[in-house]
Amino acid sequence: MHDKTIAELSRSLQSGDFSSVELTTHLLDRVESLGPQLNAFVTVTGELALEQAAKADQRRAAGDAGPLNGIPIVHKDLFCTDGVLTSCASRILDNFISPYDATVVGKLKQAGTVMLGKTNMDEFAMGSSNENSCFGPVKNPWDDTRVPGGSSGGSAAAVAARLLPGATGTDTGGSIRQPAALTGITGLKPTYGRVSRYGMVAFASSLDQAGTLTRSAEDAAMMLGAMAGFDPRDSTSAEKDVPDYRATLDDSLDGLRIGVPTEFFDDGLMPANKTAVEAAIHELEKLGAKISQIHLPNLGLSVPTYYVVAPAECSSNLSRFDGVRFGHRAEKYADLTDMYKKTRGQGFGAEVKRRIMIGTYVLSTGYYDAYYLKAQKVRQLIAADYAAAFKSVDLIAGPTTPTPAFELGAKTDDPITMYLNDIYTIGANLAGLPGMSVPCGFVDGLPVGLQIVGSHFSEARLLNVAHRYQQVTDWHTRAPEMAAGGTART
Amino acid sequence: MTIEWETVIGLEIHAQLATRSKIFSSSSTAYGAQPNSQANLVDLGYPGVLPVLNGEAVKMAVKFGLAVNCEIARRSVFARKNYFYPDLPKGYQISQFELPVVGRGEIHITLDDGSRKRVGITRAHLEEDAGKSLHEDFEGMSGIDLNRAGTPLLEIVSEPDMRSAAEAVAYMKGMHTLVRYLEICDGNMQEGSFRCDANVSVRPKGQQELGTRTEIKNLNSFRYVEKAINIEVERQIDVLESGGKVVQETRLYDSAKNETRTMRLKEEANDYRYFPDPDLLPLVISEEEIEAVRGTLPELPDQKRERFCSEYKLSDYDARVLTTSREMAAYFEAVVEASGGEPKVAANWVAGELSAALNQSGRDIGESKVSAAALAGLLKRIADHTISGKIAKEVFAAMWDGEGDADDIIEQRGLRQITDSAAIEKIIDEVIAANPGQLEQFRGGKDKLFGFFVGQVMKATQGKANPGQVNQLLKKKLA
Repeated sequence: MHDKTIAELSRSLQSGDFSSVELTTHLLDRVESLGPQLNAFVTVTGELALEQAAKADQRRAAGDAGPLNGIPIVHKDLFCTDGVLTSCASRILDNFISPYDATVVGKLKQAGTVMLGKTNMDEFAMGSSNENSCFGPVKNPWDDTRVPGGSSGGSAAAVAARLLPGATGTDTGGSIRQPAALTGITGLKPTYGRVSRYGMVAFASSLDQAGTLTRSAEDAAMMLGAMAGFDPRDSTSAEKDVPDYRATLDDSLDGLRIGVPTEFFDDGLMPANKTAVEAAIHELEKLGAKISQIHLPNLGLSVPTYYVVAPAECSSNLSRFDGVRFGHRAEKYADLTDMYKKTRGQGFGAEVKRRIMIGTYVLSTGYYDAYYLKAQKVRQLIAADYAAAFKSVDLIAGPTTPTPAFELGAKTDDPITMYLNDIYTIGANLAGLPGMSVPCGFVDGLPVGLQIVGSHFSEARLLNVAHRYQQVTDWHTRAPEMAAGGTART
Repeated sequence: MTIEWETVIGLEIHAQLATRSKIFSSSSTAYGAQPNSQANLVDLGYPGVLPVLNGEAVKMAVKFGLAVNCEIARRSVFARKNYFYPDLPKGYQISQFELPVVGRGEIHITLDDGSRKRVGITRAHLEEDAGKSLHEDFEGMSGIDLNRAGTPLLEIVSEPDMRSAAEAVAYMKGMHTLVRYLEICDGNMQEGSFRCDANVSVRPKGQQELGTRTEIKNLNSFRYVEKAINIEVERQIDVLESGGKVVQETRLYDSAKNETRTMRLKEEANDYRYFPDPDLLPLVISEEEIEAVRGTLPELPDQKRERFCSEYKLSDYDARVLTTSREMAAYFEAVVEASGGEPKVAANWVAGELSAALNQSGRDIGESKVSAAALAGLLKRIADHTISGKIAKEVFAAMWDGEGDADDIIEQRGLRQITDSAAIEKIIDEVIAANPGQLEQFRGGKDKLFGFFVGQVMKATQGKANPGQVNQLLKKKLA
């Protein structure tokens, strides 16, 4: 049953092929046997999961079961979960039991899902390889010498390895789409404001957005439907109705105008990736889409812009981790300043410190105008590029990443190269646009992702395109070899 | 040659807005609760929580802006002021920096000599208060109380328009009256609801350029404002006259020693790294919203004062005293209406006897032991000559002590004025008979003794004889 998608599981649960308790037990066994070799989990909440599963079965028996009732999922470890460790994979929060549920967690609970645990990630979502975790790196299920991508690496690895049918993630600069691409699954980053940020530990507030990691577009539609919506506790969440994303999955693609930005097919793109992505775009053409070349002239500035804006916000967002009220506090210190220095010095990893320092620098008097203010202006230019493009096309397609999964440790000493891995994904964050990564082939046995980006609140269209593509391709159904391991009950 | 120095003062007033809940969370703002009992996860800066702006705080800021003829920004922005301190839970304070909600305006204040002065308002912005560090009671450690964290503040920044400590106090008092009129701040200075920082500098009289200023932090009484500024001005003049330079810095006022001292130098000041708070959308205020708030504006102190002068024919001084607070003014008007008498008499009683009794007992007018209706009852008895003004003071004291209303007390104590001419004549006759010597002198031309006879008659009636009648009848008898 671990091979089934959420949609398939939903039907099986409804027709009584198995119960949520049986499904949960089976997946917990897999998490236990296969999870450790991937290091995908920070916390496994077995007991809690079985309780929730039993309740879900009761609800179903009582005739009160929605489509997600009894479906096991996992949350990235930066979503606050009431009574459960919420560490952000950081030593500074390695003892933080959240006293409340994030809105996303609460909504998915409300929809009847069963939480099996919390997934590993780059510390505070800062990274593209999941190597920046105080719990150690996550491994790619397709090749355990390679990274799964980041920062939602644990969620991606767990879903790719068929440990769970779906997981939440967050995407600040590509942190859902990039790991989805590198592990061969479907990743969705919704429009900024579509999903509440309340209870999502903030990295860069103007860029952070919660989304899904699943094995199909249909599953993403199901999860997003439960997660999205206005939240009075998040002033930046959109007061906009949530459409029935499943209802339009099968819509025709006839006449769909797809723009392919020439800037996405630069020298940095590996030729084999390019071939796979071009083939995918051709497939969309066969489905009725009209393909045209477009330009996003300022896209090349997205990485430097991002690495001013995101660190600036993170330097302020992470100030609350001071050892005063929660989380790690240094054992010995001389005075208040010493307490701050030691607590934060011990609590944060190298990449987080690097970004706090960059952010502090760019906001400082005398540098603010040259960096932060300038970056905000460029950000507007980038957003304007997309807006101009969406006047002539309905969505934009291209690669999610320049290369397939790279080797563990390959880029850890070279942050710039690491940052460039997000070159195709960051633009959507800066402009607040929805984006997806859909499996579209393999290079040397490693998955490759097709990225599609739409205008604001066009998730239904993106899911429709991804779904129609998945109806005529099978890349998304391919499982890594290791997924066949574990206890075989089905 | 001695230089004549001119003092230049600007104030930053922090008025705590009288909202029920905090500016970015639903916690109560009530004062005096158990430490940390009014701090929820948002106030505590927990991971993942977000601020949501309290619309009431915005309305109050707009109300203030309209009252002082300030520009109301249609679009203002909340910014983060970043610094580390244990009572600042998020490591930043949400404030407004480049784009405040209230822009330029002005207020007219009344100085001690009754003259008026215009003081410019630079801006007023919304921000959240920090918590409190408690350094006592925790051996070698500090306690943190976050009940106050997130309390809404309106910071009102003046132009450097004041030229003496007395003017600064008059300005602060004017603002204090105004915010209470507007019901946007309870004005309680002991609890820190209304406090200020004073920017003080001196320059040779006639010089255009401003001198180097110092900022005296956290002054929470009118008296301290006056004393702190005066002592700081003296200090700056001493420094300059002995050839030194005033250093730009933040200073603290020590009321026990009556001195100011360095808190931190400019170079030590934090770089607050202000930037727009990405958790909050820009604050957009529509014309309709502004007009809705304008509709709730009460009669302002200046308008009320002018009306009191014209409608009740009061002196400017009386009108000013009676309009110091909305409650006092309302009390006065209630007395005038209920008594139907001379407004001037009501004014004298409210500003005189009643205010003295309130002061003595440390009560607000809202807690007065004599209601406006009861005072009106007393004034009616003066007007209809049941009692004299002098006796009325005795009756008022008894009313204050809870002995009942004016009529009860007059009856019980037998204070009713004697207006029966025959009775008065009888007493006059007795007084004349008892003082033959004085009578002779009076008749011999010593007119002054007339007063002596009046006094004797009043004494004989324990002050109850109607003074007008006594005069009239005495004149007849002594003629």
